[in-house]
Amino acid sequence: MSNAPPARRRLPLTWVGLLPFIIFVTLFLILPTAHIVIGAFQDRTGAFTLQNLRDLNTGTIPSSYWISVKISAASAALGCLVGFGMAAAVIFGAVPRWIKAPLMTFSGVASNFAGVPLAFAFLATFGPVGLVTLFLRNNFGIVLSRDLGFNILSFWGLTVTYLFFQIPLMILIITPALEGLKREWREAAMVLGATGAQYWRMIALPILFPSILGTFALLFANAFGAVATAMALTGSALNIVPIQLFAQIRGDVLGNPNLGYAMAFGMIMVTAVANVLYIWLRIRAERWLK
Amino acid sequence: MSLWTRITGWMVLLFGLGYFLLPLLGLFEFSLKARRGVYSLDAYAKVIGDPEFQATFAYSVMMALVTIIIGVLIVVPTAFWVRLKMPWARPYVEFITLLPLVIPAIVIVFGYIRLYNTSSFLPLTGTILGTNILLAMGYTVLALPYMYRAVDTGLRTIDVGTLTEAAQSLGAGWFTILGKIILPNVLVAVLSGAFLTFAIVIGEFTLAALLDRPAFGPYLQRIGANKPYEPFALSVIAFGITWACMGLIQLVTRFSKHTKAAS
Repeated sequence: MSNAPPARRRLPLTWVGLLPFIIFVTLFLILPTAHIVIGAFQDRTGAFTLQNLRDLNTGTIPSSYWISVKISAASAALGCLVGFGMAAAVIFGAVPRWIKAPLMTFSGVASNFAGVPLAFAFLATFGPVGLVTLFLRNNFGIVLSRDLGFNILSFWGLTVTYLFFQIPLMILIITPALEGLKREWREAAMVLGATGAQYWRMIALPILFPSILGTFALLFANAFGAVATAMALTGSALNIVPIQLFAQIRGDVLGNPNLGYAMAFGMIMVTAVANVLYIWLRIRAERWLK
Repeated sequence: MSLWTRITGWMVLLFGLGYFLLPLLGLFEFSLKARRGVYSLDAYAKVIGDPEFQATFAYSVMMALVTIIIGVLIVVPTAFWVRLKMPWARPYVEFITLLPLVIPAIVIVFGYIRLYNTSSFLPLTGTILGTNILLAMGYTVLALPYMYRAVDTGLRTIDVGTLTEAAQSLGAGWFTILGKIILPNVLVAVLSGAFLTFAIVIGEFTLAALLDRPAFGPYLQRIGANKPYEPFALSVIAFGITWACMGLIQLVTRFSKHTKAAS
């Protein structure tokens, strides 16, 4: 990118053109977020305090953060694994190349098909009277919840549901990285006597590693902030952070407004760390994959 | 390419496709089961006849259109101005437009509710019109990353500087330049952004539910708790809309490629 030197000598009124944008993001993005962050460090009288952050360690809050982190990590890890496998199968020619275009289009759709409808799709399939549940019961006598210990309204149920938008996101992001692996690298390795496994272990995976880890961080943040799917699927059965925050916003269930701010602040922190990791790793990855 | 690699590749792909197709199939099949023993469209008939569905759906469509208009009015001039006059500011503007991907929607709307309550400097949540405006602004924020990236990519393909100078030398003002030169040239990008915005807004739940507006997402969640088959029919409709929006994006992008190749 060409960074032209700041044109300071020109009319000092150039920035006026950005005024609508600046006013918009200040009013509807920056100020509301700042209000939450500042509130997290205030007590009821408005004085500075760290007590709210300390109080995050009380009641059901730590367990809700823990279960949120577990679901986000599990769905991100599985999403990375399956998404990588599917993208690799298409890019490296294990399956016909024409599959790539429809797969990418579908990924674009599915990565946006989150929210309430997604929850119903999984209820209709793996729920108590869902398609797969009935099929297994009527044809094989297998009861999902009893014999396999699977319940859609549980940790694994939610994780499997999240995969529906996690896998496509992985495919969308990792495909360009896989396409950036140069054929010459593989050939050079082969000429030097490397086996396929050695090529992957010592060349391809180290190059791809920042991309994969970065995408993992992005998927993690993606799952951590998701509200609607979980709400529609489990109601309040599964006490994850967004659901608890939702209840707090609706009716101050924690009995302390500033504790609610602290919870929201915690959410921003988690997703911010994950995103910073993503950006940093992507910059690293681009050294090789241009 | 060894046989093993091929088999593994096929297995991974088929497993993945099975995972994606099953829930859609399950959803569709379930939505047809409203009448005992036979497949029927009863659930769809009931849902479409429900006045609350009509009202919430119309509300969400309206909101989506308003969001698209606000988004275009904010994003197109900004991206244009940054490209033309302030290229050094691009990384900063881009960073801000990506923030809604970092800050969860539930946190943003939490801020709205507390910042714009009835006793604040801008009591938007006090009136219905105010809350509607707030919701539209919230949706614009959610769509900002997609809209900005789409328009900025569109602007990259045209020579903004030359077009602007040419228009100016013919006596055009800024509004004429934006409306008659820039917008038509990035129309495909704007349309892609618009369809994506539409898909996001139509089923959105968190903002509408917490701002207590009668939108389609909260309605879907509410009847999901009370009705047996209707929510599944509604979900099929919602998926159809998402699919249609993405299809339209593909269509306009392809269409633009053809016109470019021809010119």
